[in-house]
Amino acid sequence: MHELSVTESLLNTACEYAEKQDATKITILNIKIGKLSGIVDDSIQFYWDIISENSLCEGSVLNFMRISAKFECNACHTQFEIDAELMPCPNCNSMDLATIQGDEFMLESIEIEKVEDE
Amino acid sequence: MSNKKHTVPVVQKILSVNDDLATRNRAQLDTLGIHAINIMASPGSGKTSLILRTIESLASQIKIGVIEGDTAPVTIDSDKVSKLNIPVVQINTGGECHLDASMVKTGLETLNLHEIELLIIENVGNLVCPASFRLGEHKNIVVASIPEGDDKPYKYPNIYRGLDALVLNKIDLLPYIEFNRDYFKDGINALNPGVRIFELSCKTGEGFSAWTAWILKDILGC
Repeated sequence: MHELSVTESLLNTACEYAEKQDATKITILNIKIGKLSGIVDDSIQFYWDIISENSLCEGSVLNFMRISAKFECNACHTQFEIDAELMPCPNCNSMDLATIQGDEFMLESIEIEKVEDE
Repeated sequence: MSNKKHTVPVVQKILSVNDDLATRNRAQLDTLGIHAINIMASPGSGKTSLILRTIESLASQIKIGVIEGDTAPVTIDSDKVSKLNIPVVQINTGGECHLDASMVKTGLETLNLHEIELLIIENVGNLVCPASFRLGEHKNIVVASIPEGDDKPYKYPNIYRGLDALVLNKIDLLPYIEFNRDYFKDGINALNPGVRIFELSCKTGEGFSAWTAWILKDILGC
């Protein structure tokens, strides 16, 4: 629901790194997006095509690496992934759980073009 | 001269700009000895009622200030707070679904911070987005309410994670609405092991004294 402000933040971060490298163009952005981050990648793509116009990122491709939500049971240490809603440990039914992964929302790397001397 | 391709590692949290600003807000509050609580909930859960009753209970003992966040340029909530002679600033998010650290920074610039010990921030009514944006607060609190149903921690786990306290409001409606308290609390505990849960009614006042006692002792150290 707040994907516009998130997408603006993504654009600013990518342009900042690209400018440091004297890039002429950003071609690909590699983004990690966890299931628990609450971010909808389709919405980011929608806003991206609009707000990246006339920037170094114009025409770039967003490459999303989706990370599943993984929990560890604090009682029996079973690790398990969830697809939909929160559920108890499948081994011992405990609800005392720790999040292992799924919070991620990171710009991992960008691929750029720059003019160089031969 | 030729156009060469390169990969540049970035590895940056996309909301790190907000996180950095939130850290600066927090430092400013710490310098002034102000404790800030971020109240999040769905619309209609009773955030404003909780804030008003908290003010009525504590205003004689501590100095309170309020930041009200709303998506539209309305002053309904801030007018209610203002009537209690409490400093308040209304922030219109311009349609955004959450408060962020820069909006709170603006709020801090507007309030006379030397007159505040407890800063209550009422976030935009929304069970999804406010969870992603730190503001500089010391404590995160979600207000749930009986009519919303007992399954909300399971359906909106993000907002119910990382809480310092959970308020379950409108318990005066329990005789009329099916609500499994154990099921609800299991969900809350799974996401926040051992978190304090305050079951109360802002309308009748039942359970309210435990909440205000917690604010005084655990937040303000009185």
